[in-house]
Amino acid sequence: MGNDLLATVNWSRAQFALTAMYHWIFVPLTLGLSFLIAFFESIYVKTGDESWKKLTKFWMTLFGINFAIGVATGIIMEFQFGTNWSNYSWMVGDIFGAPLAVEGIFAFFLEATFFAVMFFGWQRASKGFHLFSTWMVAIGSNLSAVWILVANAWMQTPTAMAFNPDKARFEMQNFADIALSPNAVHKFTHTTSSAFLLASLFVMGISGLFLLQKRHQLMAQRSMVVAATLGLVASVFVAFNGDESAFHIAHRQPMKLAAMEGLYTGQEKAPVVAMGLINLAKKPGDDLPAFHQEIKIPGVLSLLANRDLNSYVPGINDLVYGNPQRAIVGAQQRMISGKIAVAELSRYKEAKKSGDTAGAAAALALFNQNKDDLGYGYLSTPEQAAPPVALTFYAFHIMIALGTLFPIIFLAVLYFAFKGTLDSQRWLWWVCFAGLFLGYVASQAGWVVAEGGRQPWAIQGLLPVGVASTNIAAGSVQATFFIFLALFTALLVAEIGIMVKQIKIGPEA
Amino acid sequence: MIGNLDIAILQQLWWLIASVVGSLFLMLTFVQGGQTLIFTTAKNEEEKSLIINAMGRKWELTFTTLVLFGGALFAAFPLFYATSFGGAYWVWMLILFTFVMQAVSYEYRKKPNNVLGARTYEIFMFVNGSVGILLIGAAVGTFFTGSRFTLNLYNQVTWATPFHGLEAALNVFNLAFGLFLVFLARTLGAMYLVSHVDHEALVRQARKATLINLLWALPFLLAILYGLVTMDGFAVDPATGKVTLEQGKYLHNLLGMPAVLALLLAGLVSVIYGVVATSFLGKKCGIWFGGLGTVLVGLAIFSLAGYGNTAFYPSLTDLQSSLTIYNASSSKFTLTVMSYVAIGVPFVLAYVAYVWRVMDSKQLSLAELAGEDSKKMY
Repeated sequence: MGNDLLATVNWSRAQFALTAMYHWIFVPLTLGLSFLIAFFESIYVKTGDESWKKLTKFWMTLFGINFAIGVATGIIMEFQFGTNWSNYSWMVGDIFGAPLAVEGIFAFFLEATFFAVMFFGWQRASKGFHLFSTWMVAIGSNLSAVWILVANAWMQTPTAMAFNPDKARFEMQNFADIALSPNAVHKFTHTTSSAFLLASLFVMGISGLFLLQKRHQLMAQRSMVVAATLGLVASVFVAFNGDESAFHIAHRQPMKLAAMEGLYTGQEKAPVVAMGLINLAKKPGDDLPAFHQEIKIPGVLSLLANRDLNSYVPGINDLVYGNPQRAIVGAQQRMISGKIAVAELSRYKEAKKSGDTAGAAAALALFNQNKDDLGYGYLSTPEQAAPPVALTFYAFHIMIALGTLFPIIFLAVLYFAFKGTLDSQRWLWWVCFAGLFLGYVASQAGWVVAEGGRQPWAIQGLLPVGVASTNIAAGSVQATFFIFLALFTALLVAEIGIMVKQIKIGPEA
Repeated sequence: MIGNLDIAILQQLWWLIASVVGSLFLMLTFVQGGQTLIFTTAKNEEEKSLIINAMGRKWELTFTTLVLFGGALFAAFPLFYATSFGGAYWVWMLILFTFVMQAVSYEYRKKPNNVLGARTYEIFMFVNGSVGILLIGAAVGTFFTGSRFTLNLYNQVTWATPFHGLEAALNVFNLAFGLFLVFLARTLGAMYLVSHVDHEALVRQARKATLINLLWALPFLLAILYGLVTMDGFAVDPATGKVTLEQGKYLHNLLGMPAVLALLLAGLVSVIYGVVATSFLGKKCGIWFGGLGTVLVGLAIFSLAGYGNTAFYPSLTDLQSSLTIYNASSSKFTLTVMSYVAIGVPFVLAYVAYVWRVMDSKQLSLAELAGEDSKKMY
């Protein structure tokens, strides 16, 4: 790979990571808070109690501020596939484009249409229609998450497609298999329930702040209880489908699982690392220890991966170099057949162009024998098949640790609310306030695991990021990277400024 | 049922669907047009707020329609998506930046402690409505004037100029197209204000602005029409798929497809009637004619580019790399699946129309801006 192409690819990756992570600051709050607001407004409509309306409007204001910047950072996500990942867009557009279009038709319009009623329809629409609109915004925003996650799940575990050598692209064979693939279901349930969790922490954090400041105490306690209830339910879901997700990763993306636990040599009774300090000098195939320090719990990774404490879990080295005893074909060997696939595809195209039918048929036959390893043909060393281990490991462990802490906070809030002493637990208000920030850390960490851990693949096993990008000078991508960095940072600063001010103002009389 | 259709029919159907979405977007750019009126048509802060709040209840639909336009093109014509967005990188990036700016501006402009100040957000809106629309027009112009790219055997794009799309804005035809869209959007925006705002002075100014902006749009419209009927076009041989330059291709398309000519003429007449009704007859309904006319003109333009054996995204560097609705489309399977999905579109249009009726039953007035929810207004 030439230096300029490498630079283009890396700047494109950096830009995608930057814009995705910015976008993801705002999306989970939109997904979760929209439902919390719908709950609040439902209580208002049912009871007719004006103080619930005031409470609804307060959270709605914060929702609107967050929503706007979520939309602003979102538009680039759709078009970026074309602008920066043009080869990717062509190679898999036949499959990947459909969920994005469905998202536009069925989800974004719900949000966009009913949003105006939610914010400006208090006087214009009936009480019932207003509540309906609020629910529609919540459902619409969560529906949009469905489709983009279906698309993401397909990239991670491609299914239901066939390669068309004449067009040089993958083509869809079954839409339902893509939309309902197990990975799509896990991605959706894990992501949305984590978003409800984050929104619950957000509401509890700000309510905690109000209690600490002795302001709006009734509203704060009410909000806290509704949020803690949703948060607790969401936590159970997050844990459950997180476990399902890990089981699935073990079978479809074993390299990612190995990186998540820093496991280089496969073993039976594989441990999880409860805490560990990664040895950054460690590379696949060398003799260095993987950790400077670690505390392991034996068997748990085997249990997670195969539902069996004694089972075997492959490590990074097994997946890179292969392990004949365990019948694991490593990247090293797959590269050989991958290179045949790449070469034969090229031979096929040339033969077709020159009208050599027999040559084309022979090349195609060989290509078909090796096409499952196509992506590996583009790698230059087998070690490239391993993701960044430290990043994946730490992100995964931060996510798990925080995911364990959150339900304890929700339980504590509900316990004291049940006992009627929530209004005197100053320490818990502080914990809630801190939880607000920790929710964001956990949420971002989750995506770092999902996306960092699948490198180098844009499409698992079939298309490495290095071949997926647009043929454009690195300088152009570098320039747009910095423009996005500056623009999004300025908007984030403005957003926080406005948000903090609105929280200071609080629910108005 | 849909799966039994010939792939060519599906490709034509999807070009129509994409054209409808694109044309609806052009109609909905009344929001962008309105955004550019805040510095001229509004004479004081109150009038400016009225304009922004009137547009602020619709801006997300315009935005979403643009996103859907992108999504529909990705799903139905992925080779266009990959070629144009990746190749004409800078023009699309600049368009996107202006829409990023727009998306926060309504919500943040009036909010206390908004860091950048109200004026900045107003400038964001203006830039979106002017530069953003101009560049969209320039990009659509390249459907006729072509771009400099080649596709290799794997259909991967290489752009032949280092400007990556910015060169589009330097072509006179494209520039005229962009400026026409800017003034058309302003005309629509002004007509929208007349129908949706209850404020005597602002409505009077908007009626005037409707006429002035149409007059500004006219020379650019004439330049486009003159260009279209005289320029060489990119003809595709339906049997071999070979692309050749044909003198007067778009004129031939117009004459060969009378329905398209009828759409174009009916659309232009409808827009002009909308303006006359607004500016001279004192009517409020001008936006309906203006909006409908814009959709018809849009449909005619997209039809001219894509139908009648024409390459809709031509390459000047290598004619055979040009994209047609046949070589740029998705597989038959995907087009079929998407066609079933598209059955949902009328349902979407129906609830959008219903919500608009609920929300637009009463005109926007200063009293509402100062009412119970005054602090929540844009």
